[in-house]
Amino acid sequence: MPAPIIKVDAISKSFGSFKVLDGLSMQVMPGEKLALIGPSGSGKTTILRILMTLEKIDGGHIQVDGEQLYHMERNGQLLPADERHLARMRQKIGMVFQLFNLFPHKCVMDNVTLAPMLTKRVARAAAEKRAMELLDMVGLADKAKAMPAQLSGGQKQRVAIARALALSPKIMLFDEVTSALDPELVEEVLNVMRKLAAETDMTMLLVTHEMGFAHDFADRVLFFDRGRIVEEGKPDEIFRHPKQERTQSFLKKIIAAGHRV
Amino acid sequence: MTQWSGYLGLILQGAIVTIELTLMGSVLALIMAFLAGMGRVSRFVILRAIATVYIEFFRGTSIFVQLFWAYFVLPFAGLSLTPLQAGVLALGLNVGAYAAEVVRGAILSVGREQYEACTALNLGRWQGMRHVILPQALLVMLPTFGNNAIELLKATSVVSLISLADLTFQAQVVRSQTGSTLMPFVSVLVIYFALALIISWGVRTLERRMARGLDGVRV
Repeated sequence: MPAPIIKVDAISKSFGSFKVLDGLSMQVMPGEKLALIGPSGSGKTTILRILMTLEKIDGGHIQVDGEQLYHMERNGQLLPADERHLARMRQKIGMVFQLFNLFPHKCVMDNVTLAPMLTKRVARAAAEKRAMELLDMVGLADKAKAMPAQLSGGQKQRVAIARALALSPKIMLFDEVTSALDPELVEEVLNVMRKLAAETDMTMLLVTHEMGFAHDFADRVLFFDRGRIVEEGKPDEIFRHPKQERTQSFLKKIIAAGHRV
Repeated sequence: MTQWSGYLGLILQGAIVTIELTLMGSVLALIMAFLAGMGRVSRFVILRAIATVYIEFFRGTSIFVQLFWAYFVLPFAGLSLTPLQAGVLALGLNVGAYAAEVVRGAILSVGREQYEACTALNLGRWQGMRHVILPQALLVMLPTFGNNAIELLKATSVVSLISLADLTFQAQVVRSQTGSTLMPFVSVLVIYFALALIISWGVRTLERRMARGLDGVRV
Protein backbone atom coordinates (compact mmCIF):
# COMPACT_ATOMS: atom_id res chain seq x y z
CA MET A 1 0.00 0.00 0.00
CA PRO A 2 1.42 3.40 -0.98
CA ALA A 3 2.01 6.13 1.60
CA PRO A 4 -0.65 8.79 2.04
CA ILE A 5 -0.01 12.02 0.14
CA ILE A 6 -1.64 14.09 2.87
CA LYS A 7 -1.37 13.24 6.53
CA VAL A 8 -3.14 15.59 8.92
CA ASP A 9 -2.31 14.90 12.52
CA ALA A 10 -4.23 16.43 15.44
CA ILE A 11 -4.66 19.89 13.93
CA SER A 12 -6.31 22.53 16.04
CA LYS A 13 -7.29 25.99 14.91
CA SER A 14 -9.31 28.72 16.58
CA PHE A 15 -10.66 32.02 15.34
CA GLY A 16 -10.75 34.03 18.55
CA SER A 17 -12.65 31.91 21.04
CA PHE A 18 -14.29 29.81 18.32
CA LYS A 19 -12.61 26.47 17.88
CA VAL A 20 -12.90 25.63 14.17
CA LEU A 21 -10.73 22.53 14.17
CA ASP A 22 -10.47 20.43 17.25
CA GLY A 23 -7.66 17.91 16.99
CA LEU A 24 -8.53 16.96 13.42
CA SER A 25 -6.72 14.03 11.86
CA MET A 26 -7.14 12.58 8.39
CA GLN A 27 -5.22 10.90 5.61
CA VAL A 28 -5.55 11.12 1.87
CA MET A 29 -4.09 8.61 -0.54
CA PRO A 30 -2.44 9.66 -3.82
CA GLY A 31 -5.03 10.06 -6.56
CA GLU A 32 -7.91 9.86 -4.14
CA LYS A 33 -11.00 12.01 -4.72
CA LEU A 34 -12.32 13.20 -1.42
CA ALA A 35 -15.55 15.06 -0.67
CA LEU A 36 -15.75 17.09 2.52
CA ILE A 37 -19.32 17.80 3.58
CA GLY A 38 -20.95 19.20 6.68
CA PRO A 39 -22.74 22.24 8.09
CA SER A 40 -21.15 25.67 7.75
CA GLY A 41 -18.65 26.42 10.48
CA SER A 42 -17.78 22.74 10.73
CA GLY A 43 -14.19 23.35 9.63
CA LYS A 44 -14.23 21.76 6.18
CA THR A 45 -13.23 24.93 4.34
CA THR A 46 -10.71 25.77 7.05
CA ILE A 47 -8.77 22.54 6.53
CA LEU A 48 -8.52 23.30 2.80
CA ARG A 49 -7.30 26.81 3.58
CA ILE A 50 -4.78 25.40 6.01
CA LEU A 51 -3.48 23.00 3.37
CA MET A 52 -3.08 25.97 1.00
CA THR A 53 -1.21 27.84 3.79
CA LEU A 54 -3.85 30.57 3.85
CA GLU A 55 -4.42 30.03 7.58
CA LYS A 56 -1.89 29.25 10.25
CA ILE A 57 -2.41 26.29 12.55
CA ASP A 58 -2.45 26.52 16.33
CA GLY A 59 -1.20 22.99 16.91
CA GLY A 60 -0.58 19.64 15.24
CA HIS A 61 1.32 18.51 12.18
CA ILE A 62 0.63 18.14 8.49
CA GLN A 63 2.62 16.08 6.03
CA VAL A 64 2.22 16.65 2.33
CA ASP A 65 3.93 14.35 -0.14
CA GLY A 66 6.24 13.00 2.55
CA GLU A 67 7.31 16.40 3.91
CA GLN A 68 6.17 18.54 6.81
CA LEU A 69 4.05 21.46 5.60
CA TYR A 70 4.35 23.86 8.51
CA HIS A 71 7.64 22.59 9.88
CA MET A 72 11.13 22.10 8.54
CA GLU A 73 13.35 19.28 9.60
CA ARG A 74 16.80 20.68 10.43
CA ASN A 75 19.37 18.45 12.12
CA GLY A 76 16.65 16.17 13.39
CA GLN A 77 14.69 19.06 14.85
CA LEU A 78 11.33 20.35 13.75
CA LEU A 79 11.40 24.11 13.24
CA PRO A 80 8.55 26.36 12.09
CA ALA A 81 8.58 26.62 8.30
CA ASP A 82 10.03 29.74 6.75
CA GLU A 83 8.69 31.43 3.62
CA ARG A 84 11.03 29.48 1.34
CA HIS A 85 9.90 26.15 2.69
CA LEU A 86 6.25 27.17 2.35
CA ALA A 87 6.85 28.32 -1.23
CA ARG A 88 8.36 24.94 -2.08
CA MET A 89 5.48 23.08 -0.47
CA ARG A 90 2.87 25.24 -2.23
CA GLN A 91 4.14 23.95 -5.56
CA LYS A 92 2.49 20.64 -4.74
CA ILE A 93 -0.92 22.18 -4.11
CA GLY A 94 -3.40 24.20 -6.13
CA MET A 95 -6.67 25.73 -5.05
CA VAL A 96 -9.89 26.91 -6.66
CA PHE A 97 -11.99 29.39 -4.70
CA GLN A 98 -15.70 29.86 -4.24
CA LEU A 99 -15.51 33.38 -5.72
CA PHE A 100 -12.96 32.50 -8.44
CA ASN A 101 -10.48 35.20 -7.36
CA LEU A 102 -9.40 35.85 -10.92
CA PHE A 103 -7.14 38.85 -11.50
CA PRO A 104 -9.63 41.37 -12.94
CA HIS A 105 -6.98 43.50 -14.66
CA LYS A 106 -5.57 40.62 -16.67
CA CYS A 107 -7.10 38.80 -19.60
CA VAL A 108 -7.90 35.10 -19.36
CA MET A 109 -4.63 34.09 -20.99
CA ASP A 110 -2.54 36.25 -18.64
CA ASN A 111 -4.44 34.94 -15.63
CA VAL A 112 -3.37 31.43 -16.59
CA THR A 113 0.22 32.18 -17.63
CA LEU A 114 1.20 34.63 -14.88
CA ALA A 115 2.14 32.14 -12.18
CA PRO A 116 4.02 29.64 -14.37
CA MET A 117 6.06 32.46 -15.90
CA LEU A 118 6.87 34.03 -12.54
CA THR A 119 7.26 31.04 -10.26
CA LYS A 120 8.58 28.43 -12.66
CA ARG A 121 10.27 30.74 -15.14
CA VAL A 122 8.45 29.14 -18.03
CA ALA A 123 9.01 31.10 -21.25
CA ARG A 124 5.97 33.02 -22.48
CA ALA A 125 5.52 30.92 -25.61
CA ALA A 126 5.58 27.66 -23.68
CA ALA A 127 3.31 29.04 -20.97
CA GLU A 128 0.79 30.22 -23.57
CA LYS A 129 0.86 26.91 -25.38
CA ARG A 130 0.14 25.08 -22.15
CA ALA A 131 -2.52 27.64 -21.23
CA MET A 132 -4.29 27.07 -24.55
CA GLU A 133 -4.34 23.32 -23.91
CA LEU A 134 -5.84 23.90 -20.48
CA LEU A 135 -8.35 26.47 -21.74
CA ASP A 136 -9.28 24.01 -24.44
CA MET A 137 -9.81 21.34 -21.80
CA VAL A 138 -12.17 23.59 -19.84
CA GLY A 139 -13.89 24.59 -23.09
CA LEU A 140 -12.78 28.21 -23.17
CA ALA A 141 -10.10 28.30 -25.86
CA ASP A 142 -12.06 31.05 -27.63
CA LYS A 143 -12.04 33.28 -24.53
CA ALA A 144 -8.26 33.56 -24.16
CA LYS A 145 -8.26 37.29 -24.88
CA ALA A 146 -11.40 38.11 -22.87
CA MET A 147 -11.27 40.00 -19.60
CA PRO A 148 -12.75 38.29 -16.53
CA ALA A 149 -15.53 40.90 -16.33
CA GLN A 150 -16.77 39.72 -19.73
CA LEU A 151 -17.26 36.12 -18.55
CA SER A 152 -20.14 34.40 -16.83
CA GLY A 153 -19.62 32.93 -13.37
CA GLY A 154 -19.27 29.43 -14.76
CA GLN A 155 -16.71 30.58 -17.29
CA LYS A 156 -14.76 32.45 -14.62
CA GLN A 157 -14.64 29.36 -12.48
CA ARG A 158 -13.42 27.25 -15.38
CA VAL A 159 -10.65 29.80 -16.01
CA ALA A 160 -9.77 29.60 -12.32
CA ILE A 161 -9.47 25.83 -12.63
CA ALA A 162 -7.23 26.16 -15.68
CA ARG A 163 -5.13 28.74 -13.83
CA ALA A 164 -4.58 26.40 -10.89
CA LEU A 165 -3.82 23.47 -13.21
CA ALA A 166 -1.19 25.49 -15.08
CA LEU A 167 1.17 24.94 -12.16
CA SER A 168 0.68 21.16 -12.40
CA PRO A 169 0.01 20.57 -8.70
CA LYS A 170 -0.21 17.06 -7.33
CA ILE A 171 -3.12 18.03 -5.14
CA MET A 172 -6.08 20.20 -6.07
CA LEU A 173 -8.35 21.81 -3.50
CA PHE A 174 -11.84 22.90 -4.52
CA ASP A 175 -13.57 25.16 -2.03
CA GLU A 176 -17.32 25.27 -2.75
CA VAL A 177 -16.52 26.04 -6.36
CA THR A 178 -20.14 26.02 -7.52
CA SER A 179 -21.79 27.74 -4.53
CA ALA A 180 -21.62 31.22 -6.03
CA LEU A 181 -22.94 30.16 -9.45
CA ASP A 182 -26.38 30.49 -10.94
CA PRO A 183 -27.97 27.02 -10.99
CA GLU A 184 -27.79 26.69 -14.77
CA LEU A 185 -24.03 27.31 -14.71
CA VAL A 186 -23.19 24.70 -12.08
CA GLU A 187 -23.13 21.77 -14.46
CA GLU A 188 -20.48 23.20 -16.82
CA VAL A 189 -18.07 23.49 -13.90
CA LEU A 190 -18.89 20.05 -12.54
CA ASN A 191 -18.31 18.60 -16.02
CA VAL A 192 -14.80 20.02 -16.05
CA MET A 193 -14.12 18.42 -12.70
CA ARG A 194 -15.47 15.06 -13.87
CA LYS A 195 -13.17 15.28 -16.87
CA LEU A 196 -10.26 16.17 -14.63
CA ALA A 197 -10.97 13.22 -12.38
CA ALA A 198 -11.22 10.87 -15.34
CA GLU A 199 -8.16 12.08 -17.22
CA THR A 200 -5.65 12.71 -14.43
CA ASP A 201 -4.46 10.95 -11.32
CA MET A 202 -4.42 14.16 -9.31
CA THR A 203 -5.46 14.01 -5.71
CA MET A 204 -8.59 16.10 -5.33
CA LEU A 205 -10.20 17.45 -2.18
CA LEU A 206 -13.56 19.03 -2.58
CA VAL A 207 -15.70 20.97 -0.15
CA THR A 208 -19.21 21.00 -1.52
CA HIS A 209 -22.91 21.25 -0.91
CA GLU A 210 -23.63 19.46 -4.18
CA MET A 211 -24.43 16.11 -2.62
CA GLY A 212 -25.33 14.44 -5.89
CA PHE A 213 -22.01 15.38 -7.38
CA ALA A 214 -20.13 14.37 -4.24
CA HIS A 215 -21.82 10.99 -4.41
CA ASP A 216 -20.78 10.33 -8.02
CA PHE A 217 -17.40 11.98 -7.86
CA ALA A 218 -15.81 11.01 -4.59
CA ASP A 219 -14.00 7.84 -3.62
CA ARG A 220 -14.58 8.73 0.00
CA VAL A 221 -16.78 11.21 1.85
CA LEU A 222 -15.89 12.90 5.12
CA PHE A 223 -18.67 14.38 7.22
CA PHE A 224 -17.45 17.31 9.32
CA ASP A 225 -19.17 18.71 12.37
CA ARG A 226 -17.80 21.09 14.98
CA GLY A 227 -14.21 20.79 13.88
CA ARG A 228 -14.09 17.03 13.78
CA ILE A 229 -14.74 14.27 11.30
CA VAL A 230 -17.87 12.64 12.64
CA GLU A 231 -18.23 9.97 9.98
CA GLU A 232 -16.43 8.88 6.86
CA GLY A 233 -16.87 6.20 4.27
CA LYS A 234 -17.76 5.36 0.71
CA PRO A 235 -20.34 7.74 -0.81
CA ASP A 236 -23.06 5.04 -0.69
CA GLU A 237 -22.45 4.37 2.99
CA ILE A 238 -22.56 8.05 3.94
CA PHE A 239 -25.44 9.14 1.72
CA ARG A 240 -27.64 6.01 1.82
CA HIS A 241 -26.83 4.52 5.20
CA PRO A 242 -25.37 7.15 7.51
CA LYS A 243 -24.66 5.67 10.90
CA GLN A 244 -24.23 8.79 12.99
CA GLU A 245 -27.28 10.72 14.10
CA ARG A 246 -25.63 14.06 13.21
CA THR A 247 -24.90 12.89 9.67
CA GLN A 248 -28.48 11.74 9.29
CA SER A 249 -29.99 15.01 10.46
CA PHE A 250 -27.59 17.04 8.27
CA LEU A 251 -28.48 15.05 5.17
CA LYS A 252 -32.16 15.32 5.99
CA LYS A 253 -31.90 19.10 6.16
CA ILE A 254 -29.96 19.24 2.91
CA ILE A 255 -32.55 17.13 1.11
CA ALA A 256 -35.37 19.21 2.59
CA ALA A 257 -33.58 22.27 1.20
CA GLY A 258 -33.96 20.80 -2.27
CA HIS A 259 -30.52 19.34 -2.92
CA ARG A 260 -30.63 16.02 -4.65
CA VAL A 261 -28.58 13.10 -3.44
CA MET B 1 -2.07 97.83 -25.04
CA THR B 2 1.40 96.94 -26.31
CA GLN B 3 2.94 97.25 -22.86
CA TRP B 4 0.36 94.78 -21.52
CA SER B 5 1.61 92.15 -23.93
CA GLY B 6 5.11 92.66 -22.55
CA TYR B 7 3.88 92.20 -19.02
CA LEU B 8 1.83 89.21 -20.06
CA GLY B 9 5.08 87.77 -21.41
CA LEU B 10 6.56 88.12 -17.92
CA ILE B 11 3.63 86.34 -16.41
CA LEU B 12 3.87 83.54 -18.96
CA GLN B 13 7.55 83.12 -18.10
CA GLY B 14 6.39 82.70 -14.54
CA ALA B 15 3.87 80.13 -15.70
CA ILE B 16 6.70 78.11 -17.27
CA VAL B 17 8.53 78.05 -13.94
CA THR B 18 5.33 77.00 -12.17
CA ILE B 19 4.80 74.18 -14.67
CA GLU B 20 8.41 73.01 -14.26
CA LEU B 21 8.03 73.02 -10.49
CA THR B 22 4.76 71.14 -10.71
CA LEU B 23 6.12 68.47 -13.03
CA MET B 24 9.38 67.89 -11.19
CA GLY B 25 7.71 68.13 -7.80
CA SER B 26 5.10 65.60 -8.88
CA VAL B 27 7.73 63.15 -10.03
CA LEU B 28 9.52 63.38 -6.68
CA ALA B 29 6.19 63.21 -4.83
CA LEU B 30 5.22 60.10 -6.77
CA ILE B 31 8.51 58.37 -5.97
CA MET B 32 8.23 59.30 -2.29
CA ALA B 33 4.58 58.25 -2.20
CA PHE B 34 5.35 54.74 -3.44
CA LEU B 35 8.45 54.33 -1.27
CA ALA B 36 6.71 55.51 1.89
CA GLY B 37 3.30 54.04 1.10
CA MET B 38 4.74 50.59 0.50
CA GLY B 39 7.03 51.07 3.49
CA ARG B 40 3.92 51.57 5.59
CA VAL B 41 2.55 48.15 4.64
CA SER B 42 5.93 46.39 4.79
CA ARG B 43 6.36 43.43 7.08
CA PHE B 44 9.65 44.92 8.31
CA VAL B 45 9.23 47.07 11.41
CA ILE B 46 12.15 49.31 10.51
CA LEU B 47 10.71 50.19 7.09
CA ARG B 48 7.31 50.87 8.62
CA ALA B 49 8.94 53.13 11.22
CA ILE B 50 10.95 55.12 8.70
CA ALA B 51 7.92 55.58 6.46
CA THR B 52 5.73 56.65 9.37
CA VAL B 53 8.25 59.20 10.63
CA TYR B 54 8.64 60.65 7.15
CA ILE B 55 4.90 60.91 6.58
CA GLU B 56 4.07 62.37 9.97
CA PHE B 57 6.92 64.84 9.82
CA PHE B 58 6.15 66.23 6.40
CA ARG B 59 2.41 66.32 6.95
CA GLY B 60 2.84 67.82 10.37
CA THR B 61 5.05 70.79 9.51
CA SER B 62 4.21 73.68 7.25
CA ILE B 63 5.43 73.68 3.66
CA PHE B 64 6.74 77.23 4.19
CA VAL B 65 8.98 76.01 6.97
CA GLN B 66 10.10 73.02 4.90
CA LEU B 67 10.96 75.29 2.00
CA PHE B 68 12.90 77.68 4.22
CA TRP B 69 14.81 74.75 5.65
CA ALA B 70 15.61 73.43 2.20
CA TYR B 71 16.80 76.82 1.01
CA PHE B 72 18.21 78.64 4.04
CA VAL B 73 19.18 75.94 6.56
CA LEU B 74 20.57 73.13 4.41
CA PRO B 75 23.49 75.35 3.28
CA PHE B 76 24.70 75.30 6.88
CA ALA B 77 24.90 71.52 6.53
CA GLY B 78 27.00 72.06 3.41
CA LEU B 79 24.16 71.51 0.94
CA SER B 80 23.38 74.59 -1.12
CA LEU B 81 20.41 74.26 -3.43
CA THR B 82 19.22 76.57 -6.16
CA PRO B 83 15.77 78.01 -5.52
CA LEU B 84 14.33 75.59 -8.08
CA GLN B 85 15.98 72.58 -6.44
CA ALA B 86 14.85 73.70 -3.00
CA GLY B 87 11.33 74.21 -4.33
CA VAL B 88 11.14 70.80 -5.96
CA LEU B 89 12.56 69.14 -2.85
CA ALA B 90 10.12 70.78 -0.45
CA LEU B 91 7.09 70.33 -2.69
CA GLY B 92 7.93 66.74 -3.58
CA LEU B 93 8.59 65.65 -0.01
CA ASN B 94 5.54 67.47 1.33
CA VAL B 95 3.00 66.24 -1.21
CA GLY B 96 4.69 62.83 -1.30
CA ALA B 97 3.85 62.41 2.38
CA TYR B 98 0.15 62.96 1.69
CA ALA B 99 0.20 60.74 -1.37
CA ALA B 100 1.97 57.98 0.57
CA GLU B 101 -1.19 57.53 2.61
CA VAL B 102 -3.11 57.28 -0.65
CA VAL B 103 -0.79 54.50 -1.80
CA ARG B 104 -1.16 52.68 1.50
CA GLY B 105 -4.95 53.02 1.50
CA ALA B 106 -5.21 51.81 -2.10
CA ILE B 107 -3.02 48.78 -1.44
CA LEU B 108 -5.17 47.86 1.55
CA SER B 109 -8.33 48.38 -0.49
CA VAL B 110 -7.50 45.46 -2.79
CA GLY B 111 -9.56 42.57 -1.52
CA ARG B 112 -8.12 39.82 0.62
CA GLU B 113 -9.16 37.28 -2.00
CA GLN B 114 -6.61 38.75 -4.42
CA TYR B 115 -3.83 38.25 -1.90
CA GLU B 116 -5.07 34.71 -1.32
CA ALA B 117 -5.06 33.98 -5.03
CA CYS B 118 -1.42 35.12 -5.08
CA THR B 119 -0.58 32.74 -2.25
CA ALA B 120 -2.43 29.86 -3.87
CA LEU B 121 -0.50 30.49 -7.10
CA ASN B 122 2.70 30.60 -5.08
CA LEU B 123 3.63 34.13 -6.12
CA GLY B 124 6.21 35.75 -3.87
CA ARG B 125 5.24 38.84 -1.90
CA TRP B 126 6.92 41.19 -4.33
CA GLN B 127 5.65 39.30 -7.39
CA GLY B 128 2.10 39.51 -6.10
CA MET B 129 2.51 43.17 -5.23
CA ARG B 130 4.02 44.04 -8.59
CA HIS B 131 1.74 42.05 -10.88
CA VAL B 132 -1.54 41.72 -9.00
CA ILE B 133 -2.01 44.19 -6.16
CA LEU B 134 -0.38 47.41 -7.43
CA PRO B 135 -2.01 47.41 -10.88
CA GLN B 136 -5.41 47.22 -9.21
CA ALA B 137 -4.46 49.67 -6.45
CA LEU B 138 -3.22 52.18 -9.01
CA LEU B 139 -6.74 52.65 -10.28
CA VAL B 140 -7.90 53.47 -6.76
CA MET B 141 -5.01 55.90 -6.27
CA LEU B 142 -5.47 57.88 -9.48
CA PRO B 143 -8.35 60.23 -8.54
CA THR B 144 -6.67 61.22 -5.28
CA PHE B 145 -3.32 61.56 -7.03
CA GLY B 146 -5.08 64.07 -9.26
CA ASN B 147 -6.11 66.01 -6.16
CA ASN B 148 -2.57 65.85 -4.83
CA ALA B 149 -1.14 67.13 -8.10
CA ILE B 150 -3.51 70.09 -8.06
CA GLU B 151 -2.57 70.79 -4.44
CA LEU B 152 1.05 70.69 -5.49
CA LEU B 153 0.41 73.07 -8.37
CA LYS B 154 -1.18 75.57 -6.02
CA ALA B 155 1.52 75.10 -3.39
CA THR B 156 4.21 76.06 -5.93
CA SER B 157 3.36 79.70 -5.21
CA VAL B 158 5.29 79.47 -1.94
CA VAL B 159 8.56 79.42 -3.88
CA SER B 160 8.06 83.11 -4.65
CA LEU B 161 9.16 83.58 -1.03
CA ILE B 162 12.64 82.33 -1.90
CA SER B 163 12.75 84.64 -4.92
CA LEU B 164 12.02 82.03 -7.56
CA ALA B 165 10.27 83.81 -10.42
CA ASP B 166 7.17 81.65 -10.63
CA LEU B 167 3.70 82.71 -11.65
CA THR B 168 2.82 84.37 -8.33
CA PHE B 169 6.19 86.09 -8.13
CA GLN B 170 5.82 87.53 -11.61
CA ALA B 171 2.34 88.78 -10.84
CA GLN B 172 3.76 90.73 -7.92
CA VAL B 173 6.47 92.12 -10.18
CA VAL B 174 3.98 93.24 -12.79
CA ARG B 175 1.77 94.71 -10.12
CA SER B 176 4.57 96.79 -8.62
CA GLN B 177 5.80 97.93 -12.03
CA THR B 178 2.43 98.92 -13.46
CA GLY B 179 0.50 99.79 -10.36
CA SER B 180 -2.32 97.71 -11.78
CA THR B 181 -3.68 95.01 -9.50
CA LEU B 182 -6.48 93.66 -11.60
CA MET B 183 -4.63 92.62 -14.75
CA PRO B 184 -1.82 90.56 -13.17
CA PHE B 185 -4.04 88.91 -10.59
CA VAL B 186 -6.78 88.07 -13.06
CA SER B 187 -4.13 86.59 -15.36
CA VAL B 188 -2.59 84.36 -12.71
CA LEU B 189 -6.01 83.29 -11.48
CA VAL B 190 -6.96 82.19 -14.98
CA ILE B 191 -3.62 80.47 -15.56
CA TYR B 192 -3.65 78.51 -12.28
CA PHE B 193 -7.21 77.46 -13.00
CA ALA B 194 -6.37 76.39 -16.54
CA LEU B 195 -3.39 74.35 -15.33
CA ALA B 196 -5.53 72.65 -12.69
CA LEU B 197 -8.11 71.83 -15.36
CA ILE B 198 -5.43 70.24 -17.51
CA ILE B 199 -4.35 68.05 -14.58
CA SER B 200 -7.95 66.99 -13.86
CA TRP B 201 -8.55 66.18 -17.47
CA GLY B 202 -5.28 64.26 -17.78
CA VAL B 203 -5.94 62.16 -14.70
CA ARG B 204 -9.49 61.42 -15.78
CA THR B 205 -8.30 60.30 -19.21
CA LEU B 206 -5.68 58.07 -17.63
CA GLU B 207 -8.29 56.64 -15.29
CA ARG B 208 -10.65 55.83 -18.13
CA ARG B 209 -7.89 54.18 -20.11
CA MET B 210 -6.79 52.03 -17.18
CA ALA B 211 -10.30 51.04 -16.20
CA ARG B 212 -10.94 49.64 -19.66
CA GLY B 213 -11.96 45.99 -19.48
CA LEU B 214 -12.52 46.18 -15.75
CA ASP B 215 -16.23 47.02 -16.06
CA GLY B 216 -18.19 45.97 -13.08
CA VAL B 217 -15.08 45.45 -11.01
CA ARG B 218 -14.46 49.00 -9.90
CA VAL B 219 -15.91 49.88 -6.53
